[in-house]
Amino acid sequence: MTLSRQQIEELIKGVSLTRDEEVTCDECLGDLAEFAERMLEGKSLPDGLRAVEHHLEICAECHEEYAALLRALKQAE
Amino acid sequence: MTAVGSVQAEALKELRAILYSRLRATLFGRISVDDALLDDFAQEALLKVLGSLGQFQSRSRFLTWATTIAVRTAFTELRRRHWKDVSLDQFLQRADTANEQVTKPQCKSDRQELIQEMYRIIDTQLTKKQRTALLAELQGMPLEEIGRRMGSNRNAIYKLTHDARKQLKKHLDSAGYTVSDLQIA
Ligand SMILES: [Zn+2]
Repeated sequence: MTLSRQQIEELIKGVSLTRDEEVTCDECLGDLAEFAERMLEGKSLPDGLRAVEHHLEICAECHEEYAALLRALKQAE
Repeated sequence: MTAVGSVQAEALKELRAILYSRLRATLFGRISVDDALLDDFAQEALLKVLGSLGQFQSRSRFLTWATTIAVRTAFTELRRRHWKDVSLDQFLQRADTANEQVTKPQCKSDRQELIQEMYRIIDTQLTKKQRTALLAELQGMPLEEIGRRMGSNRNAIYKLTHDARKQLKKHLDSAGYTVSDLQIA
């Protein structure tokens, strides 16, 4: 098994961000609307949404969907 | 149709139109996305939203919440289509061969030890499922596509790779590497 340098970087970043408790993709999705609205309105995050922010740093798919959500919401404004 | 029924039908039509226009705004321009596909996504998203109404907790606008579901629905399907002909074994083998050609020689020696330790942990401390999911994720296969190929789902694969990262962190820690060592490296 070999990893490219970029994959090794990603893995190191992922390990350094790892917490004992993390929310899953479905839990992230459940809070994503509230998270996105707060970010768009520049409001501070309550502690409960910090886990979403952390998940988005680690999970490429949820991050991609979050970026797409922001595009859709900005367009709708 | 009763008056109430016709108001409901009108509201659903409106919701579907909003989901369509939001998906169009965020997906249009992708090579694989045309109006017919957007229409399918909007319809599937509408059904998912209606089926999940019990989960809406009014912590955001309803339409924002509905849009999160529409976006997830569309991306799940786009990923399924993109990866449909790829088997997990072949994918991992190909990625492995490609990496062998580019990475072996040029790791700096101060990092070499850390990287070797990570390889050792991956080889000896992870379960086969954890190792497969972690490597497939690192090589770029989406979690739900890994799940589809391992008889599992996106959420469970996230948990599997989370457990794999926790193992790596724990064993690197035992070998004397701190989080700040990792960040510097
Ligand atoms: Zn996720």
